[in-house]
Amino acid sequence: MDRNISRRGFMGAAAGVTAALSAPAVLGAVRPKAVVIGGGAGGATAARYIAKDSKGAVDVTLIEPTRSYYTCFFSNLYIGGFRDFASIGHSYGKLASDFGVNVVHDWAIGVDRDAKSVTLAGGGAMPYDALIVSPGIDFVEDSVAGWDLSAQNKMPHAYKAGSQTQLLKAQIDAMPQGGTYVMVAPPNPYRCPPGPYERVSMVAHVLNENNPTAKIMIFDPKEKFSKMALFQEGWETYYSGMIEWVGGEFGKIEEVRPDAMEVVVDGEVVKADACNVIPAMKAGKIAEMAGLTNEKGWAPIVPASMQSQMDENIYVLGDATQNGDMPKSGFSANSQAKVAAMAVRGALTGSTVFPAKFSNTCWSLIETDDGVKVGASYEATDEKIAKVDGFISQTGEDAALRKQTYEESVGWYAGITSDMFG
Amino acid sequence: MKRLLDPIRAIISGLFLVCMASAAAKAEDIGDPESGAQVWKKCASCHMIGQGARNKLGPHLNEVFGRRAAGLDGFNYSKALRRAGADGVVWSRDKLEVFLENPKSLVSSTRMKFRGLRDKKERADLIAFLREYSSSPRDIPESAPTAAPTDPDVDPEILAIEGDTAYGEYLSSECVTCHQADGDDKGIPSITGWPQADFVTAMHAYKNQARPHPVMRMMAGRLSNEEIASLAAFFGGVK
Ligand SMILES: Cc1cc2nc3c(=O)[nH]c(=O)nc-3n(C[C@H](O)[C@H](O)[C@H](O)COP(=O)(O)OP(=O)(O)OC[C@H]3O[C@@H](n4cnc5c(N)ncnc54)[C@H](O)[C@@H]3O)c2cc1C
Repeated sequence: MDRNISRRGFMGAAAGVTAALSAPAVLGAVRPKAVVIGGGAGGATAARYIAKDSKGAVDVTLIEPTRSYYTCFFSNLYIGGFRDFASIGHSYGKLASDFGVNVVHDWAIGVDRDAKSVTLAGGGAMPYDALIVSPGIDFVEDSVAGWDLSAQNKMPHAYKAGSQTQLLKAQIDAMPQGGTYVMVAPPNPYRCPPGPYERVSMVAHVLNENNPTAKIMIFDPKEKFSKMALFQEGWETYYSGMIEWVGGEFGKIEEVRPDAMEVVVDGEVVKADACNVIPAMKAGKIAEMAGLTNEKGWAPIVPASMQSQMDENIYVLGDATQNGDMPKSGFSANSQAKVAAMAVRGALTGSTVFPAKFSNTCWSLIETDDGVKVGASYEATDEKIAKVDGFISQTGEDAALRKQTYEESVGWYAGITSDMFG
Repeated sequence: MKRLLDPIRAIISGLFLVCMASAAAKAEDIGDPESGAQVWKKCASCHMIGQGARNKLGPHLNEVFGRRAAGLDGFNYSKALRRAGADGVVWSRDKLEVFLENPKSLVSSTRMKFRGLRDKKERADLIAFLREYSSSPRDIPESAPTAAPTDPDVDPEILAIEGDTAYGEYLSSECVTCHQADGDDKGIPSITGWPQADFVTAMHAYKNQARPHPVMRMMAGRLSNEEIASLAAFFGGVK
């Protein structure tokens, strides 16, 4: 382990941190190492909290390929024209400068669990005492017949934010008058349960302004969806006649034809001018490569600590997990990250570990100043993360309350992004 | 020269005179203190004024005219407001008028969560009301304390619980997903630097469903009395 101290990246991190080293007289002279894979809602939060709360006693490395993280949360508001693209992008600069996190821009391509080491695409290995894996989601191959990643420029998913989101917006803006936007919605479980329906609301908002005779069709394999009554009420109020949702058996498509821009459903061919395919999801690939996933493609965890059920030195966060009752949201990933950060510090430095508390709230925007929310609190039981209590916005709420809910979501966005990136 | 509502009071306060001399105001700009008392209700959950007024979540507003921004000893002002004070901001009629219209336009990171009064008449009325409590109003026997307590009282034993700041810091990680850790208000109210009794009282009002917000009811609902005290201790100390 010692020789790794001289590795390029570790030197930078060590500088800001020497003063705190004397603190809990850490296991000999070498600081224990926490390595985090993925700098999203789960990973960035975990890296920041371990570094911040251990006051330098833990050496924290974050492995993340991109230099700017574009949040999926509020990416629908960018599509709706309520945010500009730059406002949903965040850099890792402060994690490095203010918290001493060693940020390595690379892909993790393997985990040697016996040697406790992560292999990087750029060559080299990153040893760890505790590993946190928060890679988000990947798509299940062949879950939408006719679609694979090579078709994502014709039929974007825009379910990882960044260029995909920009592309989808451009395609919506380029739709001919009276054209058709088709969404192929995902089966459960998937990231951000209200996400596809907030997106439809935002697309409808844009079309209503620029292309009022356009149509939106949603083919959905599910019988019902998150905040369904709230969305349907809003769609009727603001976008009456524009949105057609086809759910359940009838919503299961046969195939998509990206070259022809067609969707085949129930023997019929639907022509699309913009087509948003959101395939079925599974844990980000690296979780599978590390042997952390089950037959369903998700990583089961120990509720009290977020440790992997497969390996006690590894913690899995966020969308990649199968955790019980918590939905796959940025709020959830951030909440889980704090529980894991505390558990990792406890394991590596012997600091106090308080009982886990989890919570989630998901806001969605339906139309200008009309926000709704759903949320719950959770606790760790032996068998899962279990829901304790929850709430949801009501249909028929007055405009002032809806506006307040939207403003609150703007505050939340500012809160969670500074909680992730400092 | 401004029309002085009460020349005698003006003489008592030299500073007041200086401020009032700053700009001309037309007669119709001068509000009606009785209507202002109605507007004041929006302020009264955080500020007290009149006899016996003390600092609550916000500073008491007796003698606010002529007071330097962040000018009361013993009140934990935001950094932003202290900076405004150091820059020489003094609460004159004109400054209050700008501040009340949109607090953040004058002091961008004030902790005051009030969004402002868009209606010019309401502002004028409120200023006229505040004006009645400047120039020694503490000594006016007929002016009763005006801050109506809005939250149910909390059992003194619960208020007396001493929080554990370290535990509070851990619990706080759940709050700062939405609330800014440094006390800024970016759409969600600031929760730093509150007097502990006010923090505890507010949290119990959520816990007992006396305050309406569903997220906060849920959050407070599963916190024990000790946990609430610990959060109050931790956030109370965040400057
Ligand atoms: C349209 C949409 C709207 C949404 N709206 C909301 C909302 O309003 N509120 C909310 O709470 N949530 C929302 N979400 C959900 C939220 O974005 C996710 O739940 C959250 O990002 C999950 O966090 P995570 O850490 O699990 O994954 P991510 O945030 O996706 O982070 C994963 C990171 O890991 C990196 N990575 C992946 N593989 C590797 C590897 N092998 N090596 C190194 N790095 C790797 C990726 O580059 C990525 O940066 C929304 C999602 C979408 C798609």
